[in-house]
Amino acid sequence: MNALSRFFARLEGPQTIGRGPVFWVGFLIVLAGACSYPMFSDGYTVGNTVYFFTWVFMALGLSLIWGYGGSLSFGQTAFFGIAGYSYGVLTLNFGAAYGFTLVAVVIALVIAALAALLLGYFLFFGRISGVFLGIVTLSVTLVLERFMAQTAGPEWAIGKARLNGFNGMSNMPPLTIPWPGGDIILYPDVQLYYVVLGLLVLVYLGLRILVNSSFGNVLVAIRENPERAEMLGYDIRKYQLGAFVIGAVLAGLSGVLYTSWGQYITPSSMGMTAAALPIVWVAVGGRSDLTATLIGTLVVLSGFQALTIHGAQYALVVMGFLLVLTVLLAPRGIILAAAGLLGRFGKSKQGGA
Amino acid sequence: MDAITVAFAALYQFGDAFAFLVLSACGLAVIFGMMGVINLAHGEFIMCGAYVTVSGANAGLPLPLAILLGALVSAAVGALVERLVVRHLYERPLDTIVATWGLSLIATQGTLIVLGSTMGGIGTPLGSFQIGGYSYSVYRLVLFVMAIAVLAGLYVLFNWTRFGVMARATIQVPHMAAALGVDTRMVYSLTFALGAGLAGLTGGLYAPTMTLVPTMGTTFIMEAFVTVVVGGADVFLGTAPAAVILAIVKSAMTSWQGQLFGQIGLLLAVIVVIRVLPKGISGFLLRERT
Repeated sequence: MNALSRFFARLEGPQTIGRGPVFWVGFLIVLAGACSYPMFSDGYTVGNTVYFFTWVFMALGLSLIWGYGGSLSFGQTAFFGIAGYSYGVLTLNFGAAYGFTLVAVVIALVIAALAALLLGYFLFFGRISGVFLGIVTLSVTLVLERFMAQTAGPEWAIGKARLNGFNGMSNMPPLTIPWPGGDIILYPDVQLYYVVLGLLVLVYLGLRILVNSSFGNVLVAIRENPERAEMLGYDIRKYQLGAFVIGAVLAGLSGVLYTSWGQYITPSSMGMTAAALPIVWVAVGGRSDLTATLIGTLVVLSGFQALTIHGAQYALVVMGFLLVLTVLLAPRGIILAAAGLLGRFGKSKQGGA
Repeated sequence: MDAITVAFAALYQFGDAFAFLVLSACGLAVIFGMMGVINLAHGEFIMCGAYVTVSGANAGLPLPLAILLGALVSAAVGALVERLVVRHLYERPLDTIVATWGLSLIATQGTLIVLGSTMGGIGTPLGSFQIGGYSYSVYRLVLFVMAIAVLAGLYVLFNWTRFGVMARATIQVPHMAAALGVDTRMVYSLTFALGAGLAGLTGGLYAPTMTLVPTMGTTFIMEAFVTVVVGGADVFLGTAPAAVILAIVKSAMTSWQGQLFGQIGLLLAVIVVIRVLPKGISGFLLRERT
């Protein structure tokens, strides 16, 4: 029991809103609802919900880099693409037998992490910050997209996997879990739903522990005032690089899950529009809190999809307006602003996070 | 193929790349140098200038006038955007990036919805000339001259005019300039409009050479970003020398491996340069001076 309460204590802290029994009972109710949800729904809708969930990892990573660390990175979709393409190349070459898809996931995430480490080294150890960080990461993303888009010819192949230029790669095997008595193939359906939901809960709780640890506190100190954090003796470059790499791995996880979910990936998933969307999700919900990011991402994504049914072109215009209005009217994000208002009216002071 | 032909071909490539970098970047650099703000809708101002220019030319205006019209319309749109959005965000440069990106999404998609996926272009004027078996476009030379002219014009504007004095005072110590009676908000508005107008001019100048699509802005912004990052905050000590260096890199890589590798070369050059000179070339030069 003591160990359990200590575990809960590490999940709470000054860097996250929501604490105490009320919040965690609410969390369990939502989780129970999410677990039982496939029983009330059909396979297609569940598969669609998985699609929403796959993006949340990237958003949580951006929340860590931008909301907590204060470094605005547009490079999330680059790592999304790197990991997605890596997964595609590996599984198209080696197939899905013996649980290789899971190995491919790990290798793809390591590749994304190494790419982030390399880029992040030049950026943070070159002391690039503020607006320059944003535009350099955006340039990297755009060049990567253009590079992948021109790989149409047959000479652009890695082993058996053709990169196929602008049309992208397809037909890679979905995630497969080796199981006695027949492998479990995770098509976008109920089984994949539970796997992704489990991952999501793990990542969410893990990040809560991370941001409330000393690492997270230093990260927030850097966001508030980099010079002060440095004077206090922290090597801010290492902390920023650490957050950047963790965020990139989460973006990579999104990329891998997305690739195996739809069994395709195209260069446009790294393009200008694709790179803008994570910024919208994170900014609208409230970038400086994990819970607000999580809820905001799911709400904006489902809203976006609902709008897309009526006209994809208009949906992007709405996203643009949403972003501009959020920045102008509720710079901390709509959910955090609402939580702040509630906190001011209610007797609890939870809104101060 | 003799030496002169090769030299001219290389020089022409260099001039082409230089003009593209300077013209792409100058509007962005003027705004960044003044306010420390990066306008991510820069590409959309270029697109706006190009569309207006082509519409003007199709309506019967002579091309130079149409280009001028494109620049003026972009400047007007820029002033409007500054008034409605950017003005409220000067204290928060990161939020300006985010907000202008929202504007860029709106502009790209709005253009797509209203004007369709492409617009009939106008051919490249002025024909071509031949040196040593290769033919070169005269218009590309005009673009090179225009890039030099824009730099010269900005130099005159910032150093010899009353606006330039006020602008430089505002860059150095904004509150001091305000205390001495400079309307700094007005200076900011005018500078933003100037940056947007330069973007529109770029769009107008390049409109005859490319297809008009709503996403054409992205063709320019990578080069613009890279030049501004390498150059730093000063247009003359930063953007111009950065464009010279990057144009050498780009034209060499392009003639060696093609367009895309020109861009990859640019990107690698930038990542190395920022590791060595975090404040860009102008930061380096200005530090040496003091």
